[in-house]
Amino acid sequence: MKKKILSLTLIMALTASLCACGSGSSAKKDGQTLTVLNYGKYIDESVIKDFEKETGITVHYEEYESPEEMYTKYKAGSIDYDVICSSEYMVEKLINEGEVLEMDYESMDNYKNLDTSILDMAASYDKDHCYSVPYFYGTLGLLYNTNEISPDIVSSWDCLWDPTYEDEIIMENSVRDTFSPALISLGYSINETDESHLKEALALLKKQKDDKIVYGYYVDETADAMIAEEANIALCYSGEAALAMDENENLAYSVPEEGSNLWIDSWFIPKSCSNQKAALQFLNYLCKDDVAQKNFEYVEYASPITSVVENQDAEVLQNEAINPSSDTISRCTLFTALDDEQSAVYTKLWQELLSN
Amino acid sequence: MLKKFVSRFYLFLMFAFLYLPIIVLIILSFNDSRTRVKWGGFTFRWYSGCFQDEKIMSAFATTLQITFLSAIISTLIGTLAAIGIAAMKKKAQTIYLGATNIPLLNADIVTGISMMLLFVKFMDLGFVTVLVAHITFSIPYVILNVLPKLKQLNPSTYEAALDLGASPLYAFFKVTWPEILPGVFSGFMMAVTMSLDDFSITYFTKGAGINTLSTMLYTELRKGIKPELYALSTILFFAVLILLLIGNIRPAKTSK
Amino acid sequence: MSKLKKQLLAGPYCIWMIGFIVLPTIMILYYAFTNSDGGFTLEYIASIANETNRKAMGLSLKLGIICTIICLVLSYPLALILNNMQIKNQGLVVFIFMLPMWMNFMLRILAWKLLLSKNGVINSILTSLGLSRISIINTPAAVVLGMVYDFLPFMLLPIYNSMTRIRKDWIDAARDLGANNITIFFKIILPLTVSGIISGIVMVFVPSLTSFAISQVLGGGHVLLIGNVIEQDFMQGMQWNAGSGLSFVLMIFVLVSMALVNAFDKEGEGTALC
Repeated sequence: MKKKILSLTLIMALTASLCACGSGSSAKKDGQTLTVLNYGKYIDESVIKDFEKETGITVHYEEYESPEEMYTKYKAGSIDYDVICSSEYMVEKLINEGEVLEMDYESMDNYKNLDTSILDMAASYDKDHCYSVPYFYGTLGLLYNTNEISPDIVSSWDCLWDPTYEDEIIMENSVRDTFSPALISLGYSINETDESHLKEALALLKKQKDDKIVYGYYVDETADAMIAEEANIALCYSGEAALAMDENENLAYSVPEEGSNLWIDSWFIPKSCSNQKAALQFLNYLCKDDVAQKNFEYVEYASPITSVVENQDAEVLQNEAINPSSDTISRCTLFTALDDEQSAVYTKLWQELLSN
Repeated sequence: MLKKFVSRFYLFLMFAFLYLPIIVLIILSFNDSRTRVKWGGFTFRWYSGCFQDEKIMSAFATTLQITFLSAIISTLIGTLAAIGIAAMKKKAQTIYLGATNIPLLNADIVTGISMMLLFVKFMDLGFVTVLVAHITFSIPYVILNVLPKLKQLNPSTYEAALDLGASPLYAFFKVTWPEILPGVFSGFMMAVTMSLDDFSITYFTKGAGINTLSTMLYTELRKGIKPELYALSTILFFAVLILLLIGNIRPAKTSK
Repeated sequence: MSKLKKQLLAGPYCIWMIGFIVLPTIMILYYAFTNSDGGFTLEYIASIANETNRKAMGLSLKLGIICTIICLVLSYPLALILNNMQIKNQGLVVFIFMLPMWMNFMLRILAWKLLLSKNGVINSILTSLGLSRISIINTPAAVVLGMVYDFLPFMLLPIYNSMTRIRKDWIDAARDLGANNITIFFKIILPLTVSGIISGIVMVFVPSLTSFAISQVLGGGHVLLIGNVIEQDFMQGMQWNAGSGLSFVLMIFVLVSMALVNAFDKEGEGTALC
């Protein structure tokens, strides 16, 4: 019996050490590593593999859901990130706080592939143009099921507060995205910082929750739930909507008339970076035409890389869920950064909504 | 007769409650359709997809490494500690056992956070921090399994061995070790079980790019459900079934 | 080996214990009682009383208690039936009931998400039978169901174990002395399984009170438990002191409830021995 126990333990230890060898050998070829922090579902993972193969740099890839989560993960300082992708207002906040390193665009051969008009838009948060590389951009809008909802209903944010859609609406589990429609409906700016106005928005969101209109507060799960037709309307980012529309032909996307949020996600190199050269190499790689194409096909957001847009056919170009039209862009505003005090107000109101 | 029927019926209900979710997972793992409600034909593609999925496989490898390394190390430290504690005076024993109880009594989330606070101050989060955390919450299970066996020991047999000229180490392995082995083994198995199933503590102590199955599943579940995960569940279910069958056949034979 | 030498074997553990058990506990206390500038404050401990946290704590307690009661009500008869079964392969039957519990915790939640979602398995069966759908997902009920499914083994195992220790001849003796089944149950079986029930309650109540992953996955943002508040403080809100304060309160809660339960256990054992 003793022998049996021993052999069992031995087998287990052996499998464990075998697995250790298996994964260890690929990781420890070269000392170089790169720690990347990005939104969930936001890169074609084969791109990372190819980058590792080409450069011999090992990538530690970590994902997050909301910009606030990213800020906390970075600020906690428990992990030294080398390169991070986030939304414009968080990038602006970190630039303001002096947490972002200037980027050496000269060393990036593929930087020229970026569309200059997008770089101009990015000037709203990266004024001197030295801290960031745009990755994707898009809008916040409504993904809806055409079998149940007619297009004129979702042309206004008001449908979100309509009790007829009981248990049929998905909101974003991200504070500023969920506050935006409420603020717009009340006639305020999405960059509102007046606490009394924010409280009005909170009251509207609370009522929406009390009326049992909200099916769930999701982020990356939204597409999946809409494909399964679990809800009729979802507050959703454009590319996420495009992905869902590929899987289920009953779905469509609309950016309401009152305007919405236009966002630009970009990469930056934080102060915690220990390997700037590898970080620049990685960003340069992402700007390569074929790599950008691959990522575009995976995430389906609007790409700032010129060649990717040039390769698209008319149908894709006119798809609002992929490329926002100039008319849509003119209706939308970018988020601006909140200082610590303002963020704390938002966080407090957000927790109040969730605990309701 | 009625009583027998009622109890059989209850057994059946509980059986259904426990197994229906698993059966659904197993059926869906062969369903050739991305949507859950329609049957699209029989397929093995989620299984091959599961084995090709870099994320699932690396999480699986990390889980095995963490589990067995932490179980082996905590069994070693825990067994030594139990021998030491057994030799102590009552007062020292109480102090040691009190501290040992902290991770057992604390909520997982509190243990995880307290370790994260410590690690963040002194080192980078990564594989090692997860391993240290797992060892920490496993040691108490080992001690609590070995200590009772040590207390049941008859000290005079060990002393008799010494009197007969055995070296302390020889006497330990010939006399004490066989007696406490079952305790060491069940401590080891408990450490394995706890480490395999842990989510909260790993969640707070893990570094970038490192995932055990539990934390990988948590991030994946929040992105929507991939059919590859059904395949993974099925594989794990049968792996556990086989392992436990092997483990359970042995004591059944010896006890009867 | 002398006694002293033997005691030294606990050395590695002693270092480990101080480094990774005692020190982290001190860290939590430190953060809980200081503000971000390092000054002493009770603000974060008191924050349990503000509206958001009080609601979350209340909901956690409510769901924790409901979950514990359901687990107890489901497990006790099951343990009783399993223990009384007069078939050859009793071990195998017990094994069958324990098996699902060895599957990964997250996979068990996945299964319930799949079953309960609006267009999930249960609802598609109901609609195909012409019945109306149930909408459980993203409600506290779904979270409780997930918790019960996850924590049931922690209740079943200790109760079953305490039952297997009851010797058959005690029951036979009672029967010979004229006791009926009800008397046997209340005079012998129940008192002798109290310790099993107690450890079951502790082992189910603590994780269900403090869980955050189950409510996150099955609650869809509708169910905010104290665990979720703490998790958000650490992972999203950058409020370590507030999070530590709440963790400390939670720790006290768990300790007090366990002390209460243990006091009850002593009484229980006392009567059992008389």
